[in-house]
Amino acid sequence: MTTQLHTVDVPPDPGPLKQMSAVISRTGAMCLVELQKLRHDRTDLITRAIQPTLWLVVFGQVFTRIHAIPTGDTPYLDFLAPGILAQSALFIAIFYGIEIIWERDAGVLSKLMVTPTPRVALVAAKAFASATRAVAQALAVMIIAVLLGVHLSLDPLHFLGVVVALLLGSACFCCLSIMIGGLVLSRDRLMGVGQAIMNPLFFASNALYPVQLMPGWLQVINHVNPLSYEVDALRGLLVNTPARLALDFGVLAVAAAVMISLAAALLPRLTRG
Amino acid sequence: MTNDDLTQDSTSGAEYRTTPDTDIGVPRYLPALRCTGLTQRFGDTVAVDNLDLEVTHGEVFGLLGPNGAGKTTTIRMITTLLNAPPGSIQVFGVDVARRRTAVRRLIGYVPQQLSADATLTGRENVALFARLYDVPRRNRTDRVAEVLADMDLADVADRPAKTYSGGMVRRLELAQALVSAPRLLILDEPTVGLDPVAREGVWARIEQITAATGMTVLVTTHLMQEADERCDRVALMHRGQIRALGAPAELRGSLGPDATLDDVFRAYTGDRLAENAGTMRDVRSARRTAGRVS
Repeated sequence: MTTQLHTVDVPPDPGPLKQMSAVISRTGAMCLVELQKLRHDRTDLITRAIQPTLWLVVFGQVFTRIHAIPTGDTPYLDFLAPGILAQSALFIAIFYGIEIIWERDAGVLSKLMVTPTPRVALVAAKAFASATRAVAQALAVMIIAVLLGVHLSLDPLHFLGVVVALLLGSACFCCLSIMIGGLVLSRDRLMGVGQAIMNPLFFASNALYPVQLMPGWLQVINHVNPLSYEVDALRGLLVNTPARLALDFGVLAVAAAVMISLAAALLPRLTRG
Repeated sequence: MTNDDLTQDSTSGAEYRTTPDTDIGVPRYLPALRCTGLTQRFGDTVAVDNLDLEVTHGEVFGLLGPNGAGKTTTIRMITTLLNAPPGSIQVFGVDVARRRTAVRRLIGYVPQQLSADATLTGRENVALFARLYDVPRRNRTDRVAEVLADMDLADVADRPAKTYSGGMVRRLELAQALVSAPRLLILDEPTVGLDPVAREGVWARIEQITAATGMTVLVTTHLMQEADERCDRVALMHRGQIRALGAPAELRGSLGPDATLDDVFRAYTGDRLAENAGTMRDVRSARRTAGRVS
């Protein structure tokens, strides 16, 4: 034991630059923990790959054969794969709020909130930690897609874009989930609300079918649904369909920033009880 | 203490006693914690009612009381988890309401639940907190190893925490709280659910650390014998107020030569507590902790 408390030094409050640096370093620390957890227990990665595999193998192959959904020159399985990638990330992110409530119940969240970590950094860290898991998951789904004959782009820059799109999309939906967790305050309620919003988000997006096939009212919802922008970016980057990448990334970045801010504002509600 | 005994720090505004108490060779500044008129309401319920409290630098201070007495609410306000009015709580002279980040750097906190991440190894659990507390990168590995060794966990540091016993998990959480070398260690029911051997192990490490560093410890507990043996002073809370305050021996002595701290507890809180105090939330929390310990 070497530490001696000779004086009580009160550190000065950090300025904006130090706070920004704290947000980045804390986010990095939490992402590292997420990777360590994945390294110790890979079963989650495998079990979570089952659902997207079923979507690609069963839904994708059947709908490719019946030609029910017109996707132009792009084979339906190629069209579908980026949508399933986004869906897989959405499902991970939405249920991340449950993990936050579990952490609240286990005392982990209180312990984290007593560290000198800004609330925004805690939320951003959680958001990007879920994104880390989503990217790991996406790799598994992409391998399955390639095995099924999907023609994915091998351009490293495109792959980097895919990672960024997944990071922003996951951050947005993870924070939506934390926000809901901060409002409903219980795992059971969050499960219910999560289920209630997850499918509408998915079906009101361009993940399964082109926007042009949607009725007018659904197209309006599609335009305000961040998942659609994530799918559009992934599709453009992975299977080279026409995409508005600047708009897609812009919307995703703004949506992620707004959701992180709102979730950070609601986070203390979880530990007040 | 008179005003003449105090001097004020020009940067932090902290008031320190000018005559150092140096039985461990380190100046002891007073107080480590000061609560003044601290109140917390949840709707119509007054959880903490105009509480005044001072904890001296370097002492082990016990906050005792039945479920629903206001101990955990008080702890949550001190640890910045709940808002406190400006001026009502000072940690080493730093106002908790105005300078939360500075206060968080001064405290280490172990919650009631066993909260280590079961998937991660002991070393990874502690390293996370070293990063969150900005332990410099060049010292981090050594500092993590040092606190793990202090908690007698060096040999199992690379095993997943899910393989640890309840006592080992609690010591791991102490390592997490101590990795930043906090000035005030706050322990919320640190030995709940542990067997006597594990309890002894946890307390032995706490005493070892306080003896070596002069760290102040604020602890809540339901176990009167534990408080009697381990705490320099205790405050007995009931219905949000402090009903008795002093060294355990003084409090026992005030009731009679054969009185125990349990007798003091009953004298100030009454026998009907079990039926009236606590909520389903307390029961759930205790059950969760017990589940994780077993």
